[in-house]
Amino acid sequence: MSKLLTVSPSPHIYGKDTTPNLMYGVIIALIPAILASILYFGWGAVIVISVAVISSVLFEFLIQRFLLQKKTTIQDGSAVITGLLLSLCLPSNFPVWLIILGSLFAIGVGKLSFGGLGNNPFNPALVGRVFLFISFPAKMASWPEAQGFQTQYIDASTGATPLSIIKEGLGKGDSISHLMDKIPTYQQLFFGNMGGSIGEVAAVALILGLAYMLLRKIITWHIPVSIILTVVIFTGILWFVNPEKNADPLFHILTGGILLGAIFMATDYVTSPMTGKGMIIYGICIGILTVVIRRFGSYPEGVQFAILIMNGFVPLINYYIKPKRFGEEVKNG
Amino acid sequence: MSKMLKTFRKGGIHPAEYKLTDKSPVEILPLPEKVTILLSQHMGVPAIPVVSKGDTVKVGQLIAQGRGFVSASIHSSVSGKVVKIDSIPDLTGYKKPAIVIEVEGDEWEENIIQSTDLRKDITFSKDEILEKIRESGIVGLGGAAFPSHVKLILPQGKKAKALIINGVECEPYLTSDHRLMLEYGEEMMVGIRILMRVLNVRKAMIGIENNKADAVCHLKDIASKFHGIEVYPLEVKYPQGGEKQLIKALTGREVPSRKLPVDVGVIVHNVSTAYAVYEAVQKNKPLINRIITVSGKSLKKPSNFVVRIGTPIRFLIEAAGGLPENTGKVISGGLMMGKALNSLDVPVIKGMSGILVLPEDETKRKSIEPCIRCSKCVTVCPMGLEPYLLMLLTQNWDFYRLEKEMVLDCIECGSCSYICPANRPLLDFIRLGKTDVKKIIRER
Repeated sequence: MSKLLTVSPSPHIYGKDTTPNLMYGVIIALIPAILASILYFGWGAVIVISVAVISSVLFEFLIQRFLLQKKTTIQDGSAVITGLLLSLCLPSNFPVWLIILGSLFAIGVGKLSFGGLGNNPFNPALVGRVFLFISFPAKMASWPEAQGFQTQYIDASTGATPLSIIKEGLGKGDSISHLMDKIPTYQQLFFGNMGGSIGEVAAVALILGLAYMLLRKIITWHIPVSIILTVVIFTGILWFVNPEKNADPLFHILTGGILLGAIFMATDYVTSPMTGKGMIIYGICIGILTVVIRRFGSYPEGVQFAILIMNGFVPLINYYIKPKRFGEEVKNG
Repeated sequence: MSKMLKTFRKGGIHPAEYKLTDKSPVEILPLPEKVTILLSQHMGVPAIPVVSKGDTVKVGQLIAQGRGFVSASIHSSVSGKVVKIDSIPDLTGYKKPAIVIEVEGDEWEENIIQSTDLRKDITFSKDEILEKIRESGIVGLGGAAFPSHVKLILPQGKKAKALIINGVECEPYLTSDHRLMLEYGEEMMVGIRILMRVLNVRKAMIGIENNKADAVCHLKDIASKFHGIEVYPLEVKYPQGGEKQLIKALTGREVPSRKLPVDVGVIVHNVSTAYAVYEAVQKNKPLINRIITVSGKSLKKPSNFVVRIGTPIRFLIEAAGGLPENTGKVISGGLMMGKALNSLDVPVIKGMSGILVLPEDETKRKSIEPCIRCSKCVTVCPMGLEPYLLMLLTQNWDFYRLEKEMVLDCIECGSCSYICPANRPLLDFIRLGKTDVKKIIRER
């Protein structure tokens, strides 16, 4: 035989999952939320989402190509996800130049300055969002209301989010039962009929995305379930102790960014723990921090900070929390 | 299936099965012109030749004597003349001592019973059986090729409660054990009874993955005639054929790190080994041939063959329709754990369960991408290890931590490399790390 055989160590067969496949899977899971946002916020949502995605991909390309002078990785889909997630937690009347600035910060500082995909300790989209939130608080405090497809963009009519209504009301000494009249019904909350960022309002669309990712085994149940359960239990205890000062658990789950955060932000591969046990600890801590910030902090919403804080603890969690080794349980048997 | 099938709990993957030959009856391959019998076909010390160049040998004649405790004797698989005792490249490509015999006729040793009648009655004592197994050069035929008699002599103070028979065959393509269970089921059962007598156990459990439903049915039928043998269908999941995984699936017990199956009261043998034990004890036939699956999607005639030990691989592939033009890789063993061969001239050895031919487009690895920390390798690892971390620690030469992270527990099943979406060569690095950690432990 003239031709040489290939010799390589086993295994000789590989699975079908690739990095781009998984990333595009996440993008598919985000489609319901994107559609819902367009349905509720109209052209504003279209502008914010497309500007964020295009500028994120462009910045990744430009920085890798010209500043770092190495192979560009825009085809793996991770920059698209960063752009999408950033846009989904912005208001639909957000100015274009700020979206571009936020994308630059997310991709440039949040991701590439640490060495690109796989090396960033913090979720890039949240880095971008918190940067905008802290630098331009006024722009991030006016939330257009979800009132069906609208053609206005910057001049969309705005109002407070349910969470900020509660926060301000409680601050003034109002009781929950009184404040609840001012916010939409649970059914409206579930389908997204409230003020808020473009991606967080429609709970049903986010849950569809979760179901898809679980079915395709892109993520496991550990992080979303532990965050949501923790929030339910913690707010449930507060509500049980004093229902006049604390909103009920269902209200907390359906408002603000908990579902978006628990399903799409906290589950980011790179910035979450590597073991099931670690993921649960991480999820519980995010849940507790979120409720603490919401209830006792000065911001109405705390998911973004909770996730970023816990991102910082992930290396520690990975160091100490080990999977159950085979043979461990019978050591004393 | 209405009821839940048994399986192991931690990790595991589901590679495509490609059991192309599960309906192909075992064919007896004609004799080659020449056989090359390696002297080290088992784990442990190589055997020492007891024949010299020019000697005439018969089928079944001892040609190399095992020396030391962990070793196995080697017998001639053909009759003819010893033409060479020399070093030839083995499966790894390194030169190893071997005996080359030119085939003349097919003359067997007189004491070997060649009739195919079932000999069910076991008349030998425990020690007689053990001696026969040792003399017959039987090694674990599932792939590891550990000398079988060593596994049957229990360490001081240890007692086995059950014998586990491995009929899992979880590797893609391979069907040699499957066909053996279907076609030589009763002989295998007698072999299991013999092993039970040696080990002095009352219970034997045969574990078979449920993609071999016909074998499960057939063995369940005949098991009623053999006292104490039970057949368990298992959920299909790789690497269930791993000793520790199979014990977990069948008994629910986990063999602790760096311990042996006997520490949880069981001994595991492969179905083919049980059959070889039957032949050795009941028919005085040493291990001179075995069933090998020759398969691959590009092969004209994928088959199961009974092959004499020492037959060149080329001869098997010719019988299966010849080597296809587009072949890129030839593997001894399975797709997940098999060894890629660099030549078709290497001979069949005792532990070889299959020869797989892969086309060129399936042989190239994809480019390595950065780790995205998706934790899939941690999820699939059947030993509860963290492959991504072991690779990183090996790259950093952090052998102290590698040992602490239990790198030596790795069974090299390859599930991590299989699942990795970034095509990272996890197992390659873990093997490197294991070798270095073992070296450090030896020096201590």
